[in-house]
Amino acid sequence: SPPRTRCCGPPKAAPAMNCRAEVLEVSVEARQVEEAMLAVLHTVLLHRSTGKFHYKKEGTYSIGTVGTQDVDCDFIDFAYVRVSSEELDRALRKAVGEFKDALRNSGSDGMGQISLEFYQKKKSRWPFSDECIPWELWTIKVNVVNLANEQERQICREKVGEKLCEKIINIVEVMNRHEYLPKMPTQSEVDNVFDTSLKDVQPYLYKISYQITDSLGTSVTTTMRRLIKDTLAL
Amino acid sequence: AMDTDLSSQDRKDLDKFIKFFALKTVQVIVQARLGEKICTRSSSSPTGSDWFNLAIKDIPEVTHEAKKALAGQLPAVGRSMCVEISLKTSEGDSMELEIWCLEMNEKCDKEIKVSYTVYNRLSLLLKSLLAITRVTPAYRLSRKQGHEYVILYRIYFGEVQLSGLGEGFQTVRVGTVGTPVGTITLSCAYRINLAFMSTRQFERTPPIMGIIIDHFVDRPYPSSSPMHPCNYRAGEDNGAVYPSVEDSQEVCTTSFSTSPPSQCVFTVTKAHFQASPPVVTDTLKVPVMGLAFSHQLSSSRLSCQPAALGVGSADLGYPVLFAGGLNAAHPHQLIGPGREGGVPLIPSQPAHGTQADQERMCTPLDGGHFSAATPSSSEDTETVSNSSEGKCGSPHDLLETIFIRKVGAFVNKPINQVTMANLDIPFAMFAPKNVELEDNDPMVNPPDSPETESPLQGSLHSEGSSGSSTGNTHDDFVMIDFKPAFSKDDILPIDLGTFYREFQNPPQLSSLSIDIGAQSMAEDLDSLPEKLAVHEKNVKEFDAFVETLQ
Repeated sequence: SPPRTRCCGPPKAAPAMNCRAEVLEVSVEARQVEEAMLAVLHTVLLHRSTGKFHYKKEGTYSIGTVGTQDVDCDFIDFAYVRVSSEELDRALRKAVGEFKDALRNSGSDGMGQISLEFYQKKKSRWPFSDECIPWELWTIKVNVVNLANEQERQICREKVGEKLCEKIINIVEVMNRHEYLPKMPTQSEVDNVFDTSLKDVQPYLYKISYQITDSLGTSVTTTMRRLIKDTLAL
Repeated sequence: AMDTDLSSQDRKDLDKFIKFFALKTVQVIVQARLGEKICTRSSSSPTGSDWFNLAIKDIPEVTHEAKKALAGQLPAVGRSMCVEISLKTSEGDSMELEIWCLEMNEKCDKEIKVSYTVYNRLSLLLKSLLAITRVTPAYRLSRKQGHEYVILYRIYFGEVQLSGLGEGFQTVRVGTVGTPVGTITLSCAYRINLAFMSTRQFERTPPIMGIIIDHFVDRPYPSSSPMHPCNYRAGEDNGAVYPSVEDSQEVCTTSFSTSPPSQCVFTVTKAHFQASPPVVTDTLKVPVMGLAFSHQLSSSRLSCQPAALGVGSADLGYPVLFAGGLNAAHPHQLIGPGREGGVPLIPSQPAHGTQADQERMCTPLDGGHFSAATPSSSEDTETVSNSSEGKCGSPHDLLETIFIRKVGAFVNKPINQVTMANLDIPFAMFAPKNVELEDNDPMVNPPDSPETESPLQGSLHSEGSSGSSTGNTHDDFVMIDFKPAFSKDDILPIDLGTFYREFQNPPQLSSLSIDIGAQSMAEDLDSLPEKLAVHEKNVKEFDAFVETLQ
């Protein structure tokens, strides 16, 4: 098969017109950043992943089974459900780990945001590269707080747990609106809609990026955009 | 006229989808209240039995109950399927925590494709249900069940009854799916005024003020179906429908000391280490509507006690006084926080006891077996095994811990007679500490010490004898055996206990002995005239100095 081109042009500053955008905000201690981000990202991806498609003749397909598992947080009084896929978990942990490190190294007062974008690929003819059209964008704004003593930390554990419960309810509300979802693709189009690289589940094509806000909070001085998933990578 | 547009095949499919959706909904809810983490595997090849492309196991008893409640019907307008989650204490009081409602309303979506869109949206709704069942207050309560209370479920079909949830209950909507015959909605109404107290109660904080009193109100609708526990050990197929919980790791031994009758002193030890005071095994049978649970108060190593605390082990719902052996000779000095509950010397464990090795992969689907250990056994096993990994101190020492249980103690009485001292109300464990009890508590207000001589005084009068063997002995505490915590030390050849014993009675200071004291005084007197002469010589300097001070 012909070599596949890399995905996407330069990062888009604003989501496309049909892309719905949701913003969540959390204030957490530094050690809670990872777990809080994973809880939100996994909850979104739980809703945005299906079983693996197996195409048969005549355009029909069957869908594999998605397993789920409970995850307890160590630093937050909170538990969440994620898809049972080690590959997916690893990918998210990698992205969140980078975000956490960037937050820590930024030296500023610990503000940043991490974004999960679902997109569709629209193939263009050569020499134009394929377009990535986002259809849903989740942004989590993070504010890192420093606490003085153990008692405050204990309260923070509980408060952040309660806040995350609210976030999960918010996410579920959005999911329930049954707004635009990409059409179920034919076999030739499946890689334009879904990430088929994992062996046990099939999330919609997504990418994770993050930004660290500088200490003035007004503009973004360091923008790091990383493509964590690229289904066309060789 | 509602379903004329729907082909008969579509109608059949839709009915099947709704029926299995209802059954899976019940499974998700009940499994989320079993008290332990659920885990199922993804499978890239469809197995054909996984409805909605989700791996949700089927506990046979739960399916049985759900089918019984539905009795061949489907949710329709005015006929909702409800799963009621309630809490039942060991004293027999119960309280509704949540009602999950699967309802149908009349709003139809004729355009929607049944076999495709409806099916996928039902799948999405189940995922939302998985997520939401972890964020309502009852989830955390259910993770800690097993000792002081259990979580029960009840399925009924018909009109939704929310009155048992108390005032101010909250509602969360899980989601809706439109179909050509109506819109399916899934929501949860949950009690809030207990949850806040309870999650704090069973952690290391003192109980919050306030008692739920509306449970005294009679239920307006008698239970049409029996309650079922959410924590039974499935894997027994159709034999015993209600298996009993029969776990015991270590047996908590009770022994009574001379403390007042309102208290019960528990000596918590590992059974096979213990050589000593005669003990009585306490076994409680909690009859629950024909079910029998055997609760055996389990002990665990002191070092992991907070984990057990966090998961609500029976005795520790109230502040725990830890009197280590080290201080048994001085009974009024207690290690530990004393009043506030919690044992700060021990590294804290997160409430859910997260350990890297704790996640258990569920067995893959095979004939509907669902092997799940009961929460109490799993938690205790984990805490015990953690301790033996050397997480906290040497595993070979016997840690003697004395827990004073103030109220609602699981003493050696049949369950009917267990009452909180001085208070005879249900849910007493959620009540605030009674201040009166504290005043009567000799730990707080120690009785006047008997007249004993301090070691110092003793040695002054007894001609410097080397310390007698035991020093002080108070009448109210008898040191049975002396085994200090964490006392083995690989670095020094001497262990802490030996050290303590040897140096318990050091010789008195020489300056305090009469003879030497007398000697030095004589010396002082002799040297006085000399000193006076020196001062007189320098009187001018001294005067000048005094001037500067004025």
